[in-house]
Amino acid sequence: MNTYLALVGLFGTLSLLSIGGGNTVLPEMHLRAVADHHWLTDGQFADIFSISQAAPGPSILIVSLVGYAAGLQAAGVAGGLLGGLIATAAMVLPAAFLMYLVTLSWQRAQRSKLRRAVEKGFAPLTVGLILATSLVMSRAADHDWRAYLLTAAATVIFVRTDTNPLLIVAAAAVLGYLGFV
Amino acid sequence: MSEPGARVSLPDIAWTFNQIALASFGGGLSAWSRKIVVERRQWMGEEAFLSAMTMCRIMPGANQINLAVFVGAGLRGAAGGVAAVLGLCLVPVALMLTLGFVYFTFKEVPAVSGALHGASAAAVAMTVAMVVKSGKKCLTGVIPVALFGAAFVLNGVLRWPLLLTLAILAPLALLWAWPREDTKPS
Repeated sequence: MNTYLALVGLFGTLSLLSIGGGNTVLPEMHLRAVADHHWLTDGQFADIFSISQAAPGPSILIVSLVGYAAGLQAAGVAGGLLGGLIATAAMVLPAAFLMYLVTLSWQRAQRSKLRRAVEKGFAPLTVGLILATSLVMSRAADHDWRAYLLTAAATVIFVRTDTNPLLIVAAAAVLGYLGFV
Repeated sequence: MSEPGARVSLPDIAWTFNQIALASFGGGLSAWSRKIVVERRQWMGEEAFLSAMTMCRIMPGANQINLAVFVGAGLRGAAGGVAAVLGLCLVPVALMLTLGFVYFTFKEVPAVSGALHGASAAAVAMTVAMVVKSGKKCLTGVIPVALFGAAFVLNGVLRWPLLLTLAILAPLALLWAWPREDTKPS
């Protein structure tokens, strides 16, 4: 029970803090889930991060897997499934409700100064927070120089070409499977 | 938005967002949203969609879920927003929990963790590529680069909590970006 309340508290808070997208709260999520609650290990967090990136749908659904890990620890597989659903609802609902309210008043705020300032001023902050996410994930995955080389090569491919990222992720998975990284 | 005579049904909204979610295997959710919402279904014009994306990035919450709320609520009010979010998330959550079950059951298999280790290197690359692409657009001066660098160092290197990082940097960012009436017209 305490586990589920903790999931609601953590993800309900992160939902409203995730300004700039779900990726921006990943470092905080990692801190709470791994260091504070010990729901999963560093390596597991990195693994579910790649699962959530590769799987279809919003990558914020990594919270389904954090919730699953927490519930699994508390009450087995059934608890894991329940934890996954609770964590997902807690992460999605508060922000979605807020977004609904904003959608309603959107037409009236076309020329608002605050909106123009937020759009311009938060953009560089968001990019910095997303880069922070990349660093935290690489550290969590305990990457060595070969993994960083693979990350660098894949980054160049993603930036320079329109290759479907799934192909690159799959190729990287094969390299990992064969033990090259 | 849609014509009053051609009211979009709630299952249609849910099904469309389900298609968007499933098409985005491995990423590219924004591109798929645009392709289907703007080009295929013509629920929104190009400009309305792009300004909505900016707003969804600013608001708390996953960008794509926010966008689903915006498009769905724009078409059919609160019910439309719920239909869009359910359509976007229901099948992916079921899939994610299945993958979670498989992963946490077979995690000890070295080949599986090896494959995931490799995949995570590429997943990080996707995020870095996003930094490069959006950075090219918004890091166009000394102050934005300083804000970007400070956010990265405080949150990523020093591991300060997000709230503290934003409490310090957000007011500075707003101060810098606040529209000034008395500037010379350009």
